[in-house]
Amino acid sequence: MKNDQAILRIDHITKAFGGILALNSVSFDVRKGEILGIIGPNGSGKTTIVNCITGFIKMTSGKVFFHGRDISGKPAHKIADMGITRTFQIMRPYYSLPAYKNLVIPLFSPRAKRTGGWRGGGQLGDRNTVGIDILEEIGFERDSYVPYKAASTLPTGYLKRLELARCLALKPEIILCDEVFSGLSMSEIASMVPLIERLQMDGITVIMIEHRLRELFRVANRVMVMNFGEKLTEGTPDEVMADEKVKEAYFGSEEVEEVMTYA
Amino acid sequence: MDIFIYGTINSAALALMALGFALVYGISRIPNFAHGALYVITGFVTWICLRSFHLNYFLSILLAMIITGVIGALIYQFILIRVRGMSISEIIASYAIGLAILEGFRWGGFKGMTYTLPAFADGTIMIEGIPVDMQRLFVVIIGAAVVAFLWAFTHFTRLGLALRGMAQDERAALMLGIDSDRMAVVAMALGAMLSGLAAIVLLPLGNIVVEKGYDVLIQAIAVCIVGGLGSWMGAVLAAFIIGFAQIFTVVYLGAHFQMVVALLAIILTLIIRPSGLFGRQKELEERV
Amino acid sequence: MEQRRKERLDRGIKVRSDGLYALMSWRELSYLTLPRLVLIIGMLMLPFLMPNSYWQRVISIVCLYALLALSFDFLAHFLGLVSLGGAFFIGVGGYLSAIMNTSLGLPPFMAIPLATLLGAGICTLFLLPCLPLRGVYFAIVTLMYPLALARVIEAMDLFGGTDGVLGVDSFPNPWVEQYFVIAMVFLFMFGTRRLVNTDLGLVLRAVKDNDQAVKASGMSITYYKAIAVFIASAMGCLSGACLVHIYMWAGISLFALDFSILPIAATVIGGGGTLVGPVLGCFILVPISELLREFGTLRIVFYSLVLMAFIVFRSEGIMVYGERKYHQFERWVKV
Repeated sequence: MKNDQAILRIDHITKAFGGILALNSVSFDVRKGEILGIIGPNGSGKTTIVNCITGFIKMTSGKVFFHGRDISGKPAHKIADMGITRTFQIMRPYYSLPAYKNLVIPLFSPRAKRTGGWRGGGQLGDRNTVGIDILEEIGFERDSYVPYKAASTLPTGYLKRLELARCLALKPEIILCDEVFSGLSMSEIASMVPLIERLQMDGITVIMIEHRLRELFRVANRVMVMNFGEKLTEGTPDEVMADEKVKEAYFGSEEVEEVMTYA
Repeated sequence: MDIFIYGTINSAALALMALGFALVYGISRIPNFAHGALYVITGFVTWICLRSFHLNYFLSILLAMIITGVIGALIYQFILIRVRGMSISEIIASYAIGLAILEGFRWGGFKGMTYTLPAFADGTIMIEGIPVDMQRLFVVIIGAAVVAFLWAFTHFTRLGLALRGMAQDERAALMLGIDSDRMAVVAMALGAMLSGLAAIVLLPLGNIVVEKGYDVLIQAIAVCIVGGLGSWMGAVLAAFIIGFAQIFTVVYLGAHFQMVVALLAIILTLIIRPSGLFGRQKELEERV
Repeated sequence: MEQRRKERLDRGIKVRSDGLYALMSWRELSYLTLPRLVLIIGMLMLPFLMPNSYWQRVISIVCLYALLALSFDFLAHFLGLVSLGGAFFIGVGGYLSAIMNTSLGLPPFMAIPLATLLGAGICTLFLLPCLPLRGVYFAIVTLMYPLALARVIEAMDLFGGTDGVLGVDSFPNPWVEQYFVIAMVFLFMFGTRRLVNTDLGLVLRAVKDNDQAVKASGMSITYYKAIAVFIASAMGCLSGACLVHIYMWAGISLFALDFSILPIAATVIGGGGTLVGPVLGCFILVPISELLREFGTLRIVFYSLVLMAFIVFRSEGIMVYGERKYHQFERWVKV
């Protein structure tokens, strides 16, 4: 793998909370246009990686390069402005606002004004209309009342989409999805998978943090495994599943055994 | 050398003022803007007991502290408990309580030089050739005693452990059978009694005036923010930093700048390290 | 035993839903505009209705407090920042305008806008350190500034020290004074009401609800908070600047506690988050406080007690209650 291919290069990032090492010198590359899955048991530092890359927490040491430029230590809004967006594990819509108004807020940002939103060609139209357009693309039925319902009344499936839509409103280059499948029913996941694949077709690089291994292995091009804040291994889904170290880390976890047999 | 001695005394005084505020905030997450008012109440009650009822000095002190503790508990039980969790209302309500008490005293004519408390012990002793009066020595001794007591209390008694548990995670504490409202009442009463103790130790050094209430509140808040809101070990350390800084400004700039030192300390802390020296709110610091 | 419950019917929903229906009948048009018209005409009539120049002066003071209360309401309910120091804004605006008037010789109508903008800039700069943070920090810092500034001015004998700045020009005549402040109240009341419903206003409310998501959307929360604080402190400084020209004097009493606590009390009583309630609250509280003038600081006790009572027992305030009564029919029905 050559460095110039990498849209995002994570170089030995370490994060200590007090005395506990949440991340211990983790480095990996993300190639342009791929779907990279990051898996690992609870507390292995997956969400901390997202927080460090997007600038939501300061890393103790290490560097992050985006298109070869050092972005470590930049404030979160600057990083988002460059096109690296994230969803939150605990969904945080603006509960009091209707779904489409939730998108007015990201569309107000400087980046959205420059890019014009997901499909916009550098020109941002009326924010309400653009917001509803994005919601429609992501699976809100335009002619129904769903986009107009208050976010607090939406079911989890729609809220997860709303989180993604909020990222898409910025026309991002990279989306970091923090457990978008968790808490969804099988059918909801089934409708979410093509959506992620569509993002890839649009040229957006996707990094997915997941617990639902089976679904992840279906969409991801490459998978990285974390354990105790360290990178265990990385490779294609098949390689990872065959890896002895991974089996060890997940020893006893039913889901992995299930995935292994499925593979 | 005199800077060192007076710095230590001033720091101990600040720590005494701040511990009550730190305790209440640490446990119930309510910024108690009535802290200064409770301080003045204790002075007032002690004075009444001494002058109007001619009670024994130590009896009046005891009575005053108990009354202040009860007032603190009542404030929580009847007012703050109803706005718990609504941060805007919490701030406004406790601020309004403090103002009502302090300005009520001011209206009642509590100003001027007439209201003073006698010192525990008169006389001065010489430390390294510098005269220090006994009362100031008491400030340091009682300050140290309070810190030691709090440490023992929160480490070895059931009540103290329950309070610590609640400070760390209120929901988890609830699940373990700790009644968070009752604990918050206890914390508020304890905080009020600590501010009362501070008043009893510090007020004999000056007059009982309403302005003291605001001063104490502001210095307590400054110490707590520098030390990290809610952490009382941080508060003790911060008391020393601010205490010495104040003595230096008094020596080199003039006595009027004490308040400015407190304000500057807050602003600098917010800019450099918002969570303070020992802040438990780590997420503050990590906000870039 | 028969049980009854209160049924609420919303009569306003059709009219309010998108405004289109309202144009279709005079009845609905008046339903929407009448409350506003009553407020506007009532306020314009007030200077004529007052019996003497003392009470006319009270109207000006009411309006100045209304501006402060609006600034508090805007910050607290649309940005989540509780300002305990309205006196800080008043003091900065007041001193600036007084100094520009006496030292630079600017007439009031130039000094006031200049003091408003410059003062708002200074206040925003002073409050900048606590803007990236959530929680109680803003309240603490705003509580401290007026107290500390008063001490500094006293200690260093700045701007005339305890005597204050004397000989500030007054408004040309009382009518100009009153209609100027009333116009300012209208400007900022309807201005902020409109602002919070624009897209910028949405972003401000989003900062209050969920600042992490705003950051993830590539916007600096400090920047948007600074904009809002600038607007709010402009209201406060304008109020202070006008006050100085009404009393023809600027002094340490500009940092008095009344300016901090009364706007808060007025907002809570009038109804926070409505941006009209604070004005109503001032029309109730300030005249009462004028009647109680001889009681001195007992007035502050009075505001605080009223404030506490409202926040504990009726935290919605008069305006929200009134809106509900206006828009809904209530009746008892059998269960």
